[in-house]
Amino acid sequence: MTYFLQNVVNALQWGSFYALIALGYSMVYSILMLFNFAHGDIFMVGSYIGFGVAAALVALSAAGVVVLPSWLIFTLTILVTMILTAMLGMAVERVGYRPLRDAPRASAAITGLMIGIILETGNLAILGARRVRFPDLIESVTYEIGGVYVTNKKIMIVVVSLLFMVAMQYFVSKTKWGMAMRAMAYDYLVVPLMGVSINSIARLTFAIGSALAAVAGILYGIAYPVLDPYMGVLFGWKAFVAAILGGRGSIMGATLAGFLLGFIEIFVAMVFPSTLRDLIAYSIILLILVFRPHGFFGEPYSAKLRL
Amino acid sequence: MLFKVENLKVSYGKIRALHGINFQVDEGEIICIIGANGAGKSTTLRAISRLVPVEGDTRMTFMGKNLLDYEADQVVSRLGISHVPEGRRLFGNLTVTENLKLATFARKDTAQIANDLERVFTIFTRLHERSDQKAGTLSGGEQQMLAIGRAFMSGRKIMLLDEPSMGLAPLLMMSVFEALKQINEEGTTILLVEQNARLALQFASRGYVLENGNLALEGTSEDLLANPEVKKAYLGG
Repeated sequence: MTYFLQNVVNALQWGSFYALIALGYSMVYSILMLFNFAHGDIFMVGSYIGFGVAAALVALSAAGVVVLPSWLIFTLTILVTMILTAMLGMAVERVGYRPLRDAPRASAAITGLMIGIILETGNLAILGARRVRFPDLIESVTYEIGGVYVTNKKIMIVVVSLLFMVAMQYFVSKTKWGMAMRAMAYDYLVVPLMGVSINSIARLTFAIGSALAAVAGILYGIAYPVLDPYMGVLFGWKAFVAAILGGRGSIMGATLAGFLLGFIEIFVAMVFPSTLRDLIAYSIILLILVFRPHGFFGEPYSAKLRL
Repeated sequence: MLFKVENLKVSYGKIRALHGINFQVDEGEIICIIGANGAGKSTTLRAISRLVPVEGDTRMTFMGKNLLDYEADQVVSRLGISHVPEGRRLFGNLTVTENLKLATFARKDTAQIANDLERVFTIFTRLHERSDQKAGTLSGGEQQMLAIGRAFMSGRKIMLLDEPSMGLAPLLMMSVFEALKQINEEGTTILLVEQNARLALQFASRGYVLENGNLALEGTSEDLLANPEVKKAYLGG
């Protein structure tokens, strides 16, 4: 039983990463009918930016220039990194996707792949092949609750992720920008007739998705401090799976699917050798999609791609 | 004069849909463009709303401003040109109220927005009853009311309507046109395109006849209704 609960804790943490990345995938896919295959790499860049910002703040603090408590360093790292990564996302949208908005979807998809490769190799070119180590922003404390070991980091990761997901749900369902996003997901061609600029909503969508990926990048860096330029590839693919599994246009769906992926992976590894983890986990997900091709919350939609 | 269109040309790929048409609309008028399916009626409205690109020497002037200087969303938010598209194109996943509020996205006049919302609900009481319902669950007539209400919320100088009678039972059709008349009397100029020529000409003061991307005829509604060619081609003899 304790072994089981221990794995639940691990699955929650692992699912948090997937869910946060899946949100950005899902939003861009729902609103712009676009698979942003660079999204996993935006998560990677977010993690590196977070590393840079955190290292700089830690160094400033250590040198006594400005002495900041560690919770403040953590908060500042998240905020600054979100802003910088959002700017990266907006740049990707402007340079990579906007010119292709009316192009065949396949062109936009390979654009994403290319941007991903550019971000990975660009990182290699700038920082070299050595791996970098994410600074320890939070001193690890382990609690034992009924034989289950929980670190303060794991609690923090799950709580911060959930906070962002609730905030997103609120944003999309209650604000006028969220309303415009939902409208655009339904029928984007007539959105300009509402006096809403498609470009500004597209930009906002990329900014938010990238900022959430940056949060995932920082939280990942805190849990697994060694970063490398290709860390986003597999994460990106899996989050993409979660986005589709959740269903087009559903924030809740992407979140739940992200956590489900975490649970399936961790629990498969609990029973089977870990080398078989992805084989078995993704066979299960394939099976789910066979029976629910629109995902958990997606509805069969009539894509209105013409006037 | 409110609005002037000169030499409007639009092509879809290699096919030219509009061959350079000219027309004008005065403030407060109700104008209709009638024509058969494929004559270019919807294209005309889409060109005005900047949803489709126009060709080189097209000129469109709205209240002294060059319409081509504005993006599609600015045509609505800055010039006050609203558009009820063909097939209504409501956001079926949004509620009735959300559809109406989205149309005010760029507006800053909060107090006036509240008044306008009230006005829409007074003109179309059915919408008020269904304000929290998803637009996708409305009946055809209610959807057309919402599409008009949404346009009313987005801009008030001129309303472009693409086949407002489509798919409506005669009685419902009349009540929709009654509502449009009311909106017009409150100061909104109306430009509508219709396949139902008789209805459109009874409602409008002037009309244009569009044939294969060219304007074939123009005149007051009485003249067009009495015109033997129009009678033969559009009014069923």
